[in-house]
Amino acid sequence: MSPATATPPATTTTESILSLRGITKTFGAVAALTDVDLDVAAGQVVAIVGDNGAGKSTLVKVLSGVHAADAGTINFQGQQVHIPTPAAAQRLGIATVYQDLALCENLNVVENLFLGQELRPGRLDEVAMEVRSWELLRELSAKVPTVRIPVASLSGGQRQTVAIARSLLGEPKIVILDEPTAALGVAQTAEVLNLLERLRERGHGVIMVSHNMADVKAVADTVVVLRLGRNNGVFDVGAVSQEDIVAAITGASDNVVSQRAARRDGPANPTTDEGQPR
Amino acid sequence: MSDVDTKNQAPSVATDLQDERLRHGEGLRDAVGGVARQVRGGDVGILPVVAGLVVIAIVFNSLNSIFLSSGNVSNILLESVPVGIIALGIVCVLLVAQIDLSVGSVSGLAAALLAVLWIDKGMSVLVAVLLALAMGVAIGWLYGQMFNRLGVPSFVITLAGLLGFLGVQLWLLGTKGAVNLPFDSWLVTFAQLKFVPAWLSYVLVAVAAVGLFASGYARAQERRKAGLSAQSVTLLAVRSAALLVGLGLFVAYLNDTRGVGWMFVFFLALVLLMHYVLTRTAFGRSMFAVGGNPDAARRAGINVESVYTRVFVLCSLFAVLGGVLAASRLAAANQSSGGADVNLNAIAAAVIGGTSLFGGRGSAFAALLGVLVIQSISNGLTLLSLDSSYRFMITGGVLLLAVGLDSIARRSRVSHGRA
Repeated sequence: MSPATATPPATTTTESILSLRGITKTFGAVAALTDVDLDVAAGQVVAIVGDNGAGKSTLVKVLSGVHAADAGTINFQGQQVHIPTPAAAQRLGIATVYQDLALCENLNVVENLFLGQELRPGRLDEVAMEVRSWELLRELSAKVPTVRIPVASLSGGQRQTVAIARSLLGEPKIVILDEPTAALGVAQTAEVLNLLERLRERGHGVIMVSHNMADVKAVADTVVVLRLGRNNGVFDVGAVSQEDIVAAITGASDNVVSQRAARRDGPANPTTDEGQPR
Repeated sequence: MSDVDTKNQAPSVATDLQDERLRHGEGLRDAVGGVARQVRGGDVGILPVVAGLVVIAIVFNSLNSIFLSSGNVSNILLESVPVGIIALGIVCVLLVAQIDLSVGSVSGLAAALLAVLWIDKGMSVLVAVLLALAMGVAIGWLYGQMFNRLGVPSFVITLAGLLGFLGVQLWLLGTKGAVNLPFDSWLVTFAQLKFVPAWLSYVLVAVAAVGLFASGYARAQERRKAGLSAQSVTLLAVRSAALLVGLGLFVAYLNDTRGVGWMFVFFLALVLLMHYVLTRTAFGRSMFAVGGNPDAARRAGINVESVYTRVFVLCSLFAVLGGVLAASRLAAANQSSGGADVNLNAIAAAVIGGTSLFGGRGSAFAALLGVLVIQSISNGLTLLSLDSSYRFMITGGVLLLAVGLDSIARRSRVSHGRA
């Protein structure tokens, strides 16, 4: 049915640290995920793309322990695991940056960064936490004026940085980012993409949910396409064109995106085609 | 590597003050200016309640000069303790954006249970008090389970508790309706007659001032060593000296007559303990997080249900403690123990002291300051021989004022981006 030629996973022989098989999740009568497979290796950036309602966010929530899968298996570092709670995901080494960032607005930056993993719980080590916070924020070139103001005072981009910094605190094996660049300006988007590459170099497995084809092409190694809650192809970024990905997302090579591209390319200049699928 | 860079770029500026947009200062004048900025931004803190206390003192003392007499102030402090301790628990539940309306009934039930076990059943005081505290734990745990498992709003659960436990209290006391506690027992003398010796009270004041300076100095040194900004020694010294002189004069004034009651010292110790728990432990931090954004707290790995349960337990425990001390101070437990306005006074004290009804904002000192306001008003009106009708009306007005201030401050925080 799918016209997109799904090539086998581009993951070279490296072993995957995380592999999902046959993940299924229903909400009432709605099947949000059906038989979804996913593999992530150390030092690999996997982009999950798909249209609205394709099941991207549900898949992220299954991995981060917010929802339990109805069926299917999760293998993490060679062992089958259950992820019943977010805390369990953190303990395993799966860190998630949620789209809504999940920050407490009444707490300051340091308090948010170390929330749930404070140093010295019986007598908080504020100094060590603040020093570590500055290290992390510097590493991300974050433009946060002070770490002792409530997160409510920060801009959207600053909050995104805080959320990403928080995910790195526990030295996770897998970092999941849900639409990490959606709210960011040009420079901050580039920073986040740099950061993703740094994560890859450090050997983390990175899962990135994104709508932004330019970002996906720029940083991902592998693109996993979901469509209506099912796998609809796994592509090696180097060997696939943007049109093929869009075709897999929409389910047809003749889709509204390609039609628009053809319309614009036809009469006018043929060079501008980095338009984003909407 | 980043350390080296930091040192090269700005040898004299602390790590946390390098952003050029940041207005900062460490000295005394900057500290004052910082407070002014905070207030404009809606972070009013304890300012309104302190101002309120001053106004109350001036008004009531001009109407009846006994109000500010040494003996009467000492009395107000003692009277404040039971409701103040209950208000400490209310601060905790308000912090997680919940409410416990049953603290009055629970305190009354605790008084009744204490009296029945101790006097009627002949148990030792200590065992009776411990059993009452255990009952508090059980009640709080029950609330927590109901809240977490059934998802019933805490407002409704504790409203049921208010009625139910009042019933149990009346049933326990039976037809006689009141049980007197012996005046010569240590519990009653502790609540009524035990005062700190003058010399010891000054020692305690000195210990408080030195402790404030030492902890502040140690923290500042630790921060400087780590390359962060810190409060100047001058500021710390001025603060401690102010505490030493202010508290010393106050205690000297009280020592003119009876002095400071041990029960009030006990309350102060509880306030300091709760202040530590709220600001310096992971549990305290998780309470603020749950009150601010329970969903984010859950996803940060905090066991939100457990936090709710522990907070309800804490609140009921404080309610029991307050009830036991109230009965000891009265030397009796009766059908109206914990009744009438205890419930609302405790909640009002927490709110007047600056604990937000919207959750995630407040401090242990709110209970102390708030209950002093409530108790001062009540005491002042009694001195004027005005009956409880006026007390209710005026306390209601003050509560409304405090809640209004909370809402205005919250709006101001939103517009200054600090909500």
